[in-house]
Amino acid sequence: MSTLLDVDDLRVTFPTRTGLIEAVRGVSFSLGRERLGIVGESGSGKSQTGRAIMGLTPPQAEVTARKLAFDGIDLLAASPRDRRALRGKRIAMILQDPKYSLDPVMSIGRQIVETLRTHEKVGKAEARDRALAMLEAVQIRDPARVFDLHPHEVSGGMGQRAMIAMMLIAGPEMMIADEPTSALDVTVQLDVLNILDKLVSERGMGLIFISHDLRLVCSFCDRVIVMYAGKVVEQIKASELRDAQHPYTRGLLNCMPRIGFERHPLPVLDRKPEWAA
Amino acid sequence: MNAALSIDGLEVVFDRFRALKGVSLEVKSGESFGLVGESGSGKSTLLRAIAGLAPAVSGTIAVNGKRLGTRRDKAFYREVQMVFQDPYGSLHPRQTVDRLLQEPLAIHGFADSEKRIQRALDEVGLGTGFRFRYSHQLSGGQRQRVAIARALILEPSILLLDEPTSALDASVQAEVLNLLEEIRRRRKLTFLMVSHDLAIITHMCERLMVMQDGEAVENLTAAQLVGHRVTKDYTRNLLRASDGFVRTA
Repeated sequence: MSTLLDVDDLRVTFPTRTGLIEAVRGVSFSLGRERLGIVGESGSGKSQTGRAIMGLTPPQAEVTARKLAFDGIDLLAASPRDRRALRGKRIAMILQDPKYSLDPVMSIGRQIVETLRTHEKVGKAEARDRALAMLEAVQIRDPARVFDLHPHEVSGGMGQRAMIAMMLIAGPEMMIADEPTSALDVTVQLDVLNILDKLVSERGMGLIFISHDLRLVCSFCDRVIVMYAGKVVEQIKASELRDAQHPYTRGLLNCMPRIGFERHPLPVLDRKPEWAA
Repeated sequence: MNAALSIDGLEVVFDRFRALKGVSLEVKSGESFGLVGESGSGKSTLLRAIAGLAPAVSGTIAVNGKRLGTRRDKAFYREVQMVFQDPYGSLHPRQTVDRLLQEPLAIHGFADSEKRIQRALDEVGLGTGFRFRYSHQLSGGQRQRVAIARALILEPSILLLDEPTSALDASVQAEVLNLLEEIRRRRKLTFLMVSHDLAIITHMCERLMVMQDGEAVENLTAAQLVGHRVTKDYTRNLLRASDGFVRTA
């Protein structure tokens, strides 16, 4: 399997009034054309890892790494111009809540067309056709109607599909999905995952799926990285999750209520300082 | 056992949109009752209508056998309190925890506020160290604990819980759910809890109602749901969805 993304010793540091805060502390992994899950609680650095790869870290923060390369391109040495060209074209990102991450004053269709025309030289009519085809590919039943709607006029599930359409239109090779289904209902969640799954396997994309829901990630991804306090505590194949070694991974698995498993009270995580060491 | 909460033919209309289409429900005293459904099914609206936050156009709501009018009086809020979904939006950003907890006590004229605030914070596991912090200095789980403390400080008998853990991480969710269960056991409270997560509802509640498009789909016991003994396709779909993602070849 060819390596798409190579991350070695990635660190993201934020300056604050009380000193430096290391949000990501030496994360290393590589990604091929596969589905990789990154799991952890809020504050574990999972989103900052995704953002650093994407180049969306806030300017005051410092990103360092021994290696951060996408398809042989050194991302840390690349000029802002080069990174802009990559972003959206070859690397795409889906964010958590379509309510906040779509432009509220622009119709959904125009936003999709904008992405396409930023990265490719296409005419207006063709861009529109391709956007409509893409909306259809993410299983929006009436693409022509949705094309002209504004984000506040569609449901959360529909908005999330529109965002996926926008991210896929330029045909990226790698996609980072940061909690793409956390804001959605369980049933809609499955629809969106099905669409993602199909598109990833059909197009042979590499996918990084960031979530705090370990069970969901395991049912969806091939491999899972578990993060705690900015570090990777365990890397495991999704199929071997039952044999997870680290107490944090096991705690995350156990703490969710499950239908048919009565446990009162629910087991909670007993956080140990040495996990963060 | 008598009903803590009985609702009959409740109808809520926003402009011309019928958000609730004649929903009836009875929650026994000391019971934990769940409302499940997708967004837009009217489950939160039902809760808000009980609390007087959504306009009921017809139907009746009775708390402990006493029928409610259009306006809620102070006595009502002594009995019924609500915990909201978003701990980031439901606490005043410029008030300390102490001030937040002071407010309901002042409204209802309690004299021993000092003791009550301390007890409420202890009860939700926060301790007095958090008393003079602002909400932005707290994590999501801690904020939700403050919201629960605020609801409990008037010693209500009924708690309305609107997705109390959906904004929290899985691990923090377990802590908050445990806290709610323990408080219910200790204070013999009645819960009416809304969630879109069937697993949470079966964990927390004895009985539940499945809702869709402003109507009740079916009433079930948690045991029936666990045993998959459901009659409606809609509920079956929800159950399948909560099993997680299954790859279709």
